[in-house]
Amino acid sequence: MKARVHVMLKDGVLDPQGQAVAHALGTLGFQGVGEVRQGKVIDLDLAETDRAAAEAQVREMCEKLLANTVIERFDIEIG
Amino acid sequence: MKAAVLVFPGSNCDRDLAVAFRNAGAEVAMVWHKDNALPADVDVVGIPGGFSFGDYLRCGAIAARSPITRAVIEHTHRGGYALGICNGFQVLTETGILPGALMRNAGLKFICKPVDLTVETADSAFTACYARGQGITIPIAHHDGNYVADADLVARLRDEDRIAFTYRDNPNGSTDGIAGILSENRRVLGLMPHPERAAEPAHGGTDGAALFRSLVGALALA
Repeated sequence: MKARVHVMLKDGVLDPQGQAVAHALGTLGFQGVGEVRQGKVIDLDLAETDRAAAEAQVREMCEKLLANTVIERFDIEIG
Repeated sequence: MKAAVLVFPGSNCDRDLAVAFRNAGAEVAMVWHKDNALPADVDVVGIPGGFSFGDYLRCGAIAARSPITRAVIEHTHRGGYALGICNGFQVLTETGILPGALMRNAGLKFICKPVDLTVETADSAFTACYARGQGITIPIAHHDGNYVADADLVARLRDEDRIAFTYRDNPNGSTDGIAGILSENRRVLGLMPHPERAAEPAHGGTDGAALFRSLVGALALA
């Protein structure tokens, strides 16, 4: 079973990389770009075949390693 | 006094840290990240600067889940001392031993230069040889030294006198200019500046030596 994890900085945590990307887009002439936030995508190939069990497993992975929950939030897509 | 200095793939200040401990009078053992246990009778664990595991995922994230780091967490839970410098500070926040997180510098640049710090507390084994409010100059060398803490955490750190060092001219966007913090029991210090790089005259400054003197002195008496 495949899982995809999106890790993003929590709202309210300053994202200087996102700001730099927004600035560069402006430099390239793209108008009307508001806030830009940058995150990570992590794809996992799991042996688990049960959807709920896979999600529970990935949630634990996120809490223990994939995200730093002090500053980041995560979303999980299964399948 | 016995110190253990951890070595991860990508650590690059481990030997400098060992020299600083030895010059202050400590006996030092280097400990590889795959080891499951610290040497017997270790008083303080040094977590060095560098780029452990290539800063993959997040700075310090992989090192914080290494076998030896589990032993360090147990050591601190038993009341043992630990000193994390730069990447070592990042490892300590990633384990949760110290609160908050270290993010990309607000200016996005890697900064490598001596900076002026204020010693915010002399009430710890790490800072006893300094005076509260004393100005010292110590180098920083980091890309991710922007200390992030919410208002509640900063208030708690202040109330409990756990902010050890602040920058006089905030170089990286750290909340309240925080450069180093202590654990609740004051036995774990994490800081971004490198005291081991300002520990002997040939370094161009010796303001960091007092930190090692403080620690070795305090633990020799204990």
